[in-house]
Amino acid sequence: MGIVSRGFQGRRRDDDDRLPPGQYLVEDFPVLSAGPTPRVPRERWEFTVGTEDGRTHRWTWDELMALPQETPTVDLHCVTKWSKLGTTWQGVSLDVLFEDVESAADHALVHSYGGYTTNLPVEDLLDGKAWIVHRFDGEELAPQHGGPARLLVPHLYLWKSAKWVRGIHLLDEDHPGFWETAGYHNYGDPWREQRYEGD
Amino acid sequence: MRGRLPWRAARLREVRVETATARTLVFEVPGWPGHLAGQHVDVRLTAGDGYTAQRSYSLAAPPDGELVALTVETVPDGEVSPYLTEVMEPGDLVEIRGPVGGWFVWRPASRAPVLLVGGGSGIVPLMAMIRERRRVGSRAPFRLVYSLRDPESRYYAEELRRPDPGLDVTYLYTRAAPDGVSRPAGRVTLADLAEGGWPTGFEADCYVCGPTGFVEAAADLLLALGHAPERVRTERFGPTGG
Ligand SMILES: Cc1cc2nc3c(=O)[nH]c(=O)nc-3n(C[C@H](O)[C@H](O)[C@H](O)COP(=O)(O)OP(=O)(O)OC[C@H]3O[C@@H](n4cnc5c(N)ncnc54)[C@H](O)[C@@H]3O)c2cc1C
Repeated sequence: MGIVSRGFQGRRRDDDDRLPPGQYLVEDFPVLSAGPTPRVPRERWEFTVGTEDGRTHRWTWDELMALPQETPTVDLHCVTKWSKLGTTWQGVSLDVLFEDVESAADHALVHSYGGYTTNLPVEDLLDGKAWIVHRFDGEELAPQHGGPARLLVPHLYLWKSAKWVRGIHLLDEDHPGFWETAGYHNYGDPWREQRYEGD
Repeated sequence: MRGRLPWRAARLREVRVETATARTLVFEVPGWPGHLAGQHVDVRLTAGDGYTAQRSYSLAAPPDGELVALTVETVPDGEVSPYLTEVMEPGDLVEIRGPVGGWFVWRPASRAPVLLVGGGSGIVPLMAMIRERRRVGSRAPFRLVYSLRDPESRYYAEELRRPDPGLDVTYLYTRAAPDGVSRPAGRVTLADLAEGGWPTGFEADCYVCGPTGFVEAAADLLLALGHAPERVRTERFGPTGG
């Protein structure tokens, strides 16, 4: 146990077992990002997957919408300590997008409109673990939350769920992204409290 | 790769009253490694039964040996901030982990003009940058645009009143402006940032910090004025994003 702070009792008992260590529950939806909110019109939006041997797969907005849609309900965990439970999204599973992608790469670097990047192992994107989502709570995804579309990888801290997503590069070697090179953990598992480098 | 950032015992040494609801807390943290202006720490409170709560707070001052200064605004009904501002007394202990964050920082070697745009408690990391500039004798030109409800909610009032060559300060009052101020009370506008900031040709580094709504609005205005998105760094203190 840590050092006890005299007179501190704590207001809330976040006993919910869906809450990882060090997290507290919020009902609202906080916004965090490193710069201004990019605004990307749907007509100009596209999503690409580039493989390690240089091939590029592309989807326009309409092509994305024409793919089979899922509505995952998931818990979100932000490294700044808030968690939001039972959020419902709509989007396309990365399993669908990767169906025709031939790649043996183990690493993915995700790129966003606005220049943000984040890395994660390819296996964390597959098998029903990740989506490109464009609706939240039944509504179009607001720009502050990453609209028109963002990545959703709910089993990792939320900075891995890149807002304003524009593409994924599949790589043979790991390549740390924006926060990962600014002192945050390379993987970011909330259940193991992997907040900062070395955790 | 660096080892794990440790939790360190932090003993409260001094409390300074900033406003009716904000306090600056100066802690002694043995082993503190130093930090950059703009970085933050995690504070952990532990109750007698082992229950813990953690929150992030910006460092309010530049490195000063083992002293770590935070300025905390009391959030009514908050779990952590009222404890820090109302319950803690000098001699009491919390745990602190940091410094954290390598993006929303000002480095003394930089000579580019700087625009600081703060709303409410968002002034805290910006003040660390102002103090760091003074500490190292930097001549980088700074401008601060500070949005606040009324004159009573001004943090660091005395210090910002003292002349600091190369630093210009503009106050934007959102609810009640003091006598003699001609700008009507209201939220930040394009004209405020055009007048209080730098022409875009100066390629200033812009740091915007405050509640989410304020940061969204101010960052959008800076883009509308022609500042390059990659020069606009933001830090949002929550609570809501709508
Ligand atoms: C990087 C970073 C740096 C920060 N730096 C500072 C700082 O320098 N000074 C500072 O005072 N705070 C700072 N904060 C905010 C701080 O971490 C806490 O969120 C804040 O003190 C409230 O915590 P609490 O436990 O008192 O309230 P909680 O128990 O978390 O919240 C109680 C209620 O208040 C609302 N609420 C939460 N946060 C705020 C807020 N900031 N304003 C208004 N309502 C809120 C919640 O939605 C909830 O309804 C920073 C946050 C981040 C992410």
